[in-house]
Amino acid sequence: MVSIEIDNRIYQVPEGGNLLQACLSLGLDLPYFCWHPAMGSVGACRQCAVIQYHDRHDEVEGDQRDEQGRLVMSCMTPVSEGMRISIDAKNAQDFRSDVIELLMTNHPHDCPVCEEGGECHLQDMTEMSGYTQRKYRGKKRTHRNQYLGPFINHEMNRCIACYRCVRYYQDYAGGHDLEVMAAHNHVYFGRHEDGVLENEFSGNLVEVCPTGVFTDRTLSQHYARKWDLQTAPSICVHCAQGCNTSPGERYGTLRRVVNRYNSKVNGYFLCDRGRFGYGFVNRQDRVTHAQCLSETDADSVRETLSRGETREALLNAIGSEKRLLGVGSPRASLEANFALREMVGAENFYSGLSRKQQGLQQSIIDILRTRPVRVPDLAEVERADAVLILGEDVMNTSPRLALSLRQTAHIAGEKIADELRIPHWQDAAVREALQSGKTPIYIASIARTRIDDIAAQTYQDHPQAIAQLGFAIANAIDSNAPFPDQLTDVQQQLAQDIAGVLTSAKNPLVISGTGCQSLAVIEAAANVATALSGRADSANATRLFYCLAESNSMGLGLLTSEGQDDDSLERVIERLESDQTDTLVVLENDLFRRIGADQVERILNSGKQLVMLDQLKNELALRADLLLPVATFAEAEGTLVNSSGRAQRSFAVYQPKDDVRGSWEWISDMITLRQGDEQSRWEHLDEVTQSCADAVAALAPIVDAAPAADYRIQGMKIGRQPHRYSGRTAMLADQNVSEPKQPVDEDSALAFTMEGFPGEKPAALTPFYWSPGWNSNQSVHKFQQEINGPLKGGDPGVRLIEPDESAELAVAQWFDATEDQQEGQGDWLLLPAYHIFGSEELSAQSEPIAERASVPYVTLRADSANSLGVQTGDGLQLWIGEQAVSLEVQVSDDCPGGALLVAAGLPKTAHLPFLSRINALKDSSWTRRPEASVFLSDKKVES
Amino acid sequence: METPLTKNIGTDKTPPDLKQYRANGGYRAAHKALLEMESGDILQLLQDADLRGRGGAGFPTGMKWSFVPMYKDREELQRRPKYLVINADEMEPGTFKDRLLMEGDPHQLIEGIIISAYTLQAETAYIFIRGEYTRCAELLTKAIAECREHGLLGRNIMHSRFNLDIYVHTSAGRYICGEETALLNSLEGKRANPRAKPPFPQVSGLWGRPTVVNNVETICNVPHIVNNGADWYKGLSLTGDAGTKVFGVSGRVKNPGAWELPLGTPVREIIDKYAGGMQDGYKLRGFLPGGGSTNFLTEQHLDLHMDYTSIGKAGSRLGTGTMIIMDDKTCPVGMVLNLEHFFAQESCGWCTPCRDGLPWVEHILSEFEKGRGEMEDMEILNRHTHLLGPGNTFCALAPGAMGPLESALRYFREDFEAHIHAKACPWSR
Amino acid sequence: MEKIAALSAEEIAEIEAEASHYEQKQAASIEALKVVQKHRGWVSDESIKAVAELLEMSPAELDGVATFYNLIFRRPVGRNVIMLCDSVSCWIMGCDNIAAQLKGGLGIDFGQTTEDGEYTLLPVACQGACDRAPVMLVNGELETHLNEEKVRKILGSTE
Ligand SMILES: Cc1cc2nc3c(=O)[nH]c(=O)nc-3n(C[C@H](O)[C@H](O)[C@H](O)COP(=O)(O)O)c2cc1C
Ligand code: SF4
Ligand code: FES
Repeated sequence: MVSIEIDNRIYQVPEGGNLLQACLSLGLDLPYFCWHPAMGSVGACRQCAVIQYHDRHDEVEGDQRDEQGRLVMSCMTPVSEGMRISIDAKNAQDFRSDVIELLMTNHPHDCPVCEEGGECHLQDMTEMSGYTQRKYRGKKRTHRNQYLGPFINHEMNRCIACYRCVRYYQDYAGGHDLEVMAAHNHVYFGRHEDGVLENEFSGNLVEVCPTGVFTDRTLSQHYARKWDLQTAPSICVHCAQGCNTSPGERYGTLRRVVNRYNSKVNGYFLCDRGRFGYGFVNRQDRVTHAQCLSETDADSVRETLSRGETREALLNAIGSEKRLLGVGSPRASLEANFALREMVGAENFYSGLSRKQQGLQQSIIDILRTRPVRVPDLAEVERADAVLILGEDVMNTSPRLALSLRQTAHIAGEKIADELRIPHWQDAAVREALQSGKTPIYIASIARTRIDDIAAQTYQDHPQAIAQLGFAIANAIDSNAPFPDQLTDVQQQLAQDIAGVLTSAKNPLVISGTGCQSLAVIEAAANVATALSGRADSANATRLFYCLAESNSMGLGLLTSEGQDDDSLERVIERLESDQTDTLVVLENDLFRRIGADQVERILNSGKQLVMLDQLKNELALRADLLLPVATFAEAEGTLVNSSGRAQRSFAVYQPKDDVRGSWEWISDMITLRQGDEQSRWEHLDEVTQSCADAVAALAPIVDAAPAADYRIQGMKIGRQPHRYSGRTAMLADQNVSEPKQPVDEDSALAFTMEGFPGEKPAALTPFYWSPGWNSNQSVHKFQQEINGPLKGGDPGVRLIEPDESAELAVAQWFDATEDQQEGQGDWLLLPAYHIFGSEELSAQSEPIAERASVPYVTLRADSANSLGVQTGDGLQLWIGEQAVSLEVQVSDDCPGGALLVAAGLPKTAHLPFLSRINALKDSSWTRRPEASVFLSDKKVES
Repeated sequence: METPLTKNIGTDKTPPDLKQYRANGGYRAAHKALLEMESGDILQLLQDADLRGRGGAGFPTGMKWSFVPMYKDREELQRRPKYLVINADEMEPGTFKDRLLMEGDPHQLIEGIIISAYTLQAETAYIFIRGEYTRCAELLTKAIAECREHGLLGRNIMHSRFNLDIYVHTSAGRYICGEETALLNSLEGKRANPRAKPPFPQVSGLWGRPTVVNNVETICNVPHIVNNGADWYKGLSLTGDAGTKVFGVSGRVKNPGAWELPLGTPVREIIDKYAGGMQDGYKLRGFLPGGGSTNFLTEQHLDLHMDYTSIGKAGSRLGTGTMIIMDDKTCPVGMVLNLEHFFAQESCGWCTPCRDGLPWVEHILSEFEKGRGEMEDMEILNRHTHLLGPGNTFCALAPGAMGPLESALRYFREDFEAHIHAKACPWSR
Repeated sequence: MEKIAALSAEEIAEIEAEASHYEQKQAASIEALKVVQKHRGWVSDESIKAVAELLEMSPAELDGVATFYNLIFRRPVGRNVIMLCDSVSCWIMGCDNIAAQLKGGLGIDFGQTTEDGEYTLLPVACQGACDRAPVMLVNGELETHLNEEKVRKILGSTE
């Protein structure tokens, strides 16, 4: 800490930072544009000026004192012991106001129609600087706008040339197709030509841009101002990273999703799947009422049930005498899964995954809970100094992690900056100094990945070979670890190199996951991490991160890990076919995505009743005897556990419409119906959470993920609506002219109103960021303990898996260097290729994501294509047992030999038994798409 | 009067080739430096000689070089190469001295580079030449080839175990490329935005490596200092600032041109004796002493000595030492407008005051010229001279642009006001 | 690779020679653009893509560079490019009159190309020949001490 004097007051601030950051951390208001907390300083906009004096006020007498001072850019000035500055000095204020005036010479006066209005950093800073009167009489320069794809609008006339967009897009996110063109006051920020922005994190431009140049195109389609949006603290459901979000609603539709800062999980940024994947919530064809299969007609004809009929149907299906089996879901909340388990009994509760998937997930959880390793938060990922990625295409399975790995690459290079004494926040200078350095990141994957450019070395091969490489690395680090057979010279050399780098690292990190669908790969990664933790000089447990598939994969895994031996759907089929079950209850889980259609048909044909709870009319939902309409993340609360083992509470943004209710509420009702006992009924979410915590030791801490529903500050709840929320008395006037009573939220400490506690709230209950004078998301610094630090009161969420560093664990238990059991007899090995857009079920149901989604394709090498007689654009039938799927062929050498690499997770391909051997045959009835061959572009590695 | 820099430059402008250059005593200094002197000796010599940069800022060259980390062995150099970059961008309006030196005697610059690179332990040097100077680029490329052929460049130069390659890089326009850190970005093939200092290029420059950027004329001085010593060099000038300087005069004088003269030569002498005085029918009203980014001086300053100190004291800068004369038939507002148009065009677009302030200034001045100036504009112009002042912008371009404006508002205020009152430019023909 | 086909073997060789002078390939970007311009008169979108691929940059990155520098032409120019210095010394020495003469003679304004594709007229900043003002570049050759007669002669000789 050093002490500095700001406007005659002494403050203690941390050493090594810059003055702007220090002032903001102290809660002082100082305007800025080009500085960004995650991107540091470049000194371009000149907005953050303060006066620095060369003496300290109390040191020098009267007229000896420096009264004039010197104008400095606070973002470019390091704090130093004893410095004296002024924010309020007249010459500083005048300068800042003049800079705004200059920025405004070309800025259009279109705030009323500008989508940024009301959360515009430029508006805020203009107010703050006090500039009001325009004196410039010239014409404004104008620009042409570009089409940038389905996510982002472009309105270049509003640009103030702070350079944040290109710095974010290129330097931070690694994009190559957004640049600054031309010079002087003609600078233009855009693409080389109109077209879709390629980077997977383009949506953050919306929040990074301090004005309305880059805005959310999905919001435009049903626009509302920030102050008119009702929001809640929410958790992204589109992968297992669990990014914190603030979705916004108006008139019962979800309008947009923005980032909600959490220093441990997602910092300031989301991926485009998370930001633009929300549209499924608003789909016209959502399940809104209970439905049953029509008695008379074909499968897909369904009848809507009244509430009374629904109760009847439920009694019929799950009444007290019925014997039930329950199938849970990795995309449903812990509470929903737990409630179902309670209803059917733990011995009758199944995870809803195939045996294969279940096995992979369970092994990962066992490894993380029993080995001397620590699952890192994203923030820890960024501070790793050597990384091995084993078998995972991180960009497509856990996108936000890929963005962090880019920062890992950057931060690992900061050693050079340290040698040159360049402070880390001086962004451009650090990047100049580092530019030639390669970072100690190694990526082994099935095909090339979109972050290969940050790797020192990459390796592409079969999962089998990747696993071998992993085992060899572990053995090279610790010779007690088993050595794989049949290692090639290339693998041997690479293993030695990687082992050397990992061994000499202080904070090595190993990343793997279910992306290869290979147990051997998962175990190899565990061996590497175990070997690293065993190093004599290793101060702490090695960081080991496994990418899981879905938003609550980890939670479901922890819930079932204390259950029975075989949790799989295959076991469900066996039971349905053999024992006395009456009804199967399926929770938010389209089993057609999990197992082959033939197997699902066995379930459907087993003669049991099928009760299903889901949000969208997916393939299974349309076949359910009774379908119950359940809430999405936007309409219900619940707890999700992310890949790092962090339990996080997500809250309803608004009340569900029609007969839609949270899954846990339906199940609570069903339990009551079944037991005929109103007494034992769970009335509130907290009770379910508490029961779950009590029942499952591994989940005991989840009650602390967020304050309970009875939490009050000064007797008040917390409003989901900003205090400027408009139109409340009028918005429903078409139905009723008297203002309706606001709905009551009994399940959380949040309220569906603008009234509520106005001051500082617990981070887990902060619906949106706003602070007086700071209407944009930049206000987040008012909520942080210090810039880039945890939120005040601590980042929300609780970690469920902490490393056990006890002595016995340190004695390594090794996995044998085995191979995966490959099922099937065919000629071809089936391998998965995930896609950020398309591979995830819910986001794929949202329009802009669907527009970017991959078509179902199969990639194979030229020699394979030759032997099958197919070319790019042809159709190829993949035969799985008795069933075939036809996919479009893409010939590319970016695929291991003898393998068929298939776009995974798409409606046609989600269920495929990857890593098994299958047969393939040219589909002679295939019709080629005219534009075939373009769809691989999002896999292409940009140099 | 000694003119070491231009002694080989004849009126016919065909530069000496290697043979002729050697016959005139060329590459003796390089020989001496590489074979008889340690790098520290040369650095000391330059510091003793008080050589100051001729690129405009006048920064002491020896001191600049002393910030470069010195390596103990070649291994270090391989790990972290060092670079010497010659700034031959010469785009400051009114400046034409480096062209003279490069077109007149390319080997002199190359000899200077060899000695300088040896001193700095740099094995690669780039000459960054503005795009339009095609003849300079040709001549230098030819001279470099000659040197390579004769063992003066390449590996093991003159058997000294010192290696050096020199490459000519031709620019593609933009005044900002002359700013040394913008130049480095441009050399890296990027947009020429300047970089923040610190870190200084000597620590983290081209590709993050230790780098020194010097002006052509600065480097041309080096061989002569090595040959003749620091005292000789200091003795060349008439005043406290050491050495000679290529001065130039343009505008309505009888004999515009450039001449190497002792630093400290009085302004009047340069204009009257060398430039032949004003053309008939024209009177001097003011002059920019060292290029378009220096502040106006007027008749009352004609007896000043042209050196860093005296011109600095009078409220301007020696800059590049090439004067632009403003005569009485030239409108001061129009002249400032011309300059501000240039600077506004040449702003790189990085920092706000420069990018958006200069076009405003230009707009106001053009309104004056069209007879649409207003009294309150005077205040706006004045405000800009502070707003775009040193330290307020990211680099020195904008403060340089404010030099002529600020001084014109001081010396020629009545001319500005005359535009307002007449609602027209009094000079318009 | 097919995009690189948009460059001639000669251009590729020249660009690669330039690139060999630097620690990193993309440092040759400006010289590469100039190579293309030397051969083709200007730099088209296709050329941008081809050069970008050769230098392992994205088209956007290269275009950011190309559009920054004013001697890179991103639009077609005439067979003769006349660049008249409009900076301060030439202005004092009457470049406005020369400009008027050129514009009148060619029937075009600054930034335009004659209809027959013969001439493009551009203003250019100080050429470092202020002692010989006013000056202009005609196809890269410096013409000094311009006056009405000289300009007429020059225009005559380029035809
Ligand atoms: C906008 C701007 C343009 C400049 N142009 C040139 C130039 O063309 N040539 C030059 O030698 N220095 C130029 N300089 C000065 C350089 O930044 C740098 O100070 C100089 O090259 C250092 O060399 P010296 O120490 O030998 O003078 C310019 C500076 C600025 C701010
Ligand atoms: S003062 Fe600013 S905008 Fe102007 S050239 Fe320098 S950095 Fe660029
Ligand atoms: S925030 Fe832009 S210069 Fe400091």
